[in-house]
Amino acid sequence: MRDWIPLALIPAVALLALPLVPSTPTWVTLTIAGLAMGMMIFIMASGLTLVFGLMDVMNFAHGAFISVGAYAGASVLLAMKAPMQSQSLVDNLGAIIPGVLAAMALAAALGWFFERVVVRPVYGDHLKQILVTMGGLIVCEQLIHVVWGPDLIALPRPATLTGSILLGDAAIERYRMLAVVVGLAVFFAMWLVLNRTRIGLLIRAGVENTEMVESLGYRVRRLFVGVFVAGSALAGLGGIMWAMYQESLTAGMGMQVLVVIFIVIIIGGLGSVGGCFVGALLVGLIANYIGYVAPKLALGSNILLMVLILLWRPRGLYPVGK
Amino acid sequence: MIRTLLSGDLPRSKALAVVLALILVGLAAAPFIFPGTRSLNVAAKVAVFILLVASYDLLLGYTGIVSFAHTMFFGIGGYGAGIAAAKLGPTWWNLALGIVLALLLSLALAFAIGLLSLRVRAIFFAMITLAVASFFQILASQLSAFTGGEDGLNFRLPELLRNRLVAYYTVFALSLILFLVLLRVVNSPFGRVLLAVRENEFRAEALGYRTVIYRTVANCLGALLATAAGVLYAVWLRYTGPDTTLSFAIMIDLLLMVVIGGMGTMYGAAIGATLFVIAQNYLQDLMKLASDATKGVPLLPDLLHPDRWLLWLGVLFIVCVYYFPSGIVGRLRR
Repeated sequence: MRDWIPLALIPAVALLALPLVPSTPTWVTLTIAGLAMGMMIFIMASGLTLVFGLMDVMNFAHGAFISVGAYAGASVLLAMKAPMQSQSLVDNLGAIIPGVLAAMALAAALGWFFERVVVRPVYGDHLKQILVTMGGLIVCEQLIHVVWGPDLIALPRPATLTGSILLGDAAIERYRMLAVVVGLAVFFAMWLVLNRTRIGLLIRAGVENTEMVESLGYRVRRLFVGVFVAGSALAGLGGIMWAMYQESLTAGMGMQVLVVIFIVIIIGGLGSVGGCFVGALLVGLIANYIGYVAPKLALGSNILLMVLILLWRPRGLYPVGK
Repeated sequence: MIRTLLSGDLPRSKALAVVLALILVGLAAAPFIFPGTRSLNVAAKVAVFILLVASYDLLLGYTGIVSFAHTMFFGIGGYGAGIAAAKLGPTWWNLALGIVLALLLSLALAFAIGLLSLRVRAIFFAMITLAVASFFQILASQLSAFTGGEDGLNFRLPELLRNRLVAYYTVFALSLILFLVLLRVVNSPFGRVLLAVRENEFRAEALGYRTVIYRTVANCLGALLATAAGVLYAVWLRYTGPDTTLSFAIMIDLLLMVVIGGMGTMYGAAIGATLFVIAQNYLQDLMKLASDATKGVPLLPDLLHPDRWLLWLGVLFIVCVYYFPSGIVGRLRR
């Protein structure tokens, strides 16, 4: 990433907000909250943008993967009452890790099924892709209603992750710190895979020029199935994290988050993982600052940010050459 | 005479002609052959949605662009009429003022969105319209002093329209006229260019047509007609609110109607809308029977639960996109 200006936007926004927010501890709280939100959005959005970059497929059913992951994870977490309420972090993790694994596994399986059955026949046809994956989203949402019931499900956080710790005068929610850590871990893992492994090299090459990679004898199709499944698993991870953040889940949550994810992907430049990361953090930070300074404006801040970025760089922060 | 009215776009199939005639006669005589408030409501909704779906088909089927902001324009129409009638008083002038402002707002928004995103790619347009539409939905529920928030607005109409029969025929006649106008548009030279843009943008551009301009005009036209449909629906319900106009559920309904009826034919819009609205109102009763009948069998009663009707239409939708891209109309015309 030699183009550093978009990256510098993140600290710039944070510093710009400093004089607007009345007290510094509040600013710290808001910044951490914004980063946490951004990280979770990044986890959900990264798979989608990579799939688009690699195979030119825009998958509206990604929202369904998020919901399904959240429900699968929540089922596991709700079944394990004792370790969830225990005051020891180890016990809590003993519940969370199986929950997260269940969320990722089910979302990945669903993604694999989708790639094979729903998306494969419509490669290269954007109109049909949008329609078919939208149909898939509807059907999945309805199936969630069938399996888990139509009502909102409450999902209390595990005992050691509720409440906040004081850092000087700033109160920071524990769960948000965990979200930041997990988000950074996912980003660095992705960065390592993409930049330090052979598969990553092929993926990056495939994003730049699919035909050339194919003509060199690599099966981009197989690579794509892998990326699709991995992206779906990340959607599941993001889904359960988002559900724990909201402390509740509904079948429509995937669709609601999908709107923000689209904004992030557009801001970042369709297909760019780095852009997606920067975009997600910007959206998270600005949503939190504006939500505090001018609550009325908060809901429009995403759109406003998107319009500004597109006026500056019409193809997003880091346009992918295609 | 009929040929002129239909702009030369005849049904070209006996079965299709019969179905269309049935819909037309059914709607025209609805107050007399289907008495009762519920069936009259269904008939009015069918009439409005035929227009709404037809205007969406102009974008999706004829121009090949996917917009998720169509309910936004529908909502602007509804709120335009609603706010004017509720806040300024139920006179013809106020209603007209609200409608004109709504049309202008829709035109400006459609133009701005088109300018920002239509020059890029279909996928970009779909994503941007989704974002803008959801923003608008939030806006409508936030500005509650103005729009009534989640509860929406109840309002009164000018004296003449308070008669349900007059209101129904106003809605019916205007929907029919605007539908015929749409039929005229898609069968004009302009409509042919839209088809050319859909089929092969590059070739259309090479033949000297500025595709961006054609797309933007189609987008604006679709938006204006959706706004008109919104006005009609609000006038019929004497109410406007997020659930009847702006909600994303309606957007999904629209997609289902266009695709099941048949993309790229105005008649598909008519059939899709009729079928869907009737299914929405009466399929649930049928499913309740089936659900009760299968009690005891695992999972099946849940799948057939009346609230799960969208599941089956969703499956039908996916099947349609794969196997019957021209929908019911395409089948009937074969």
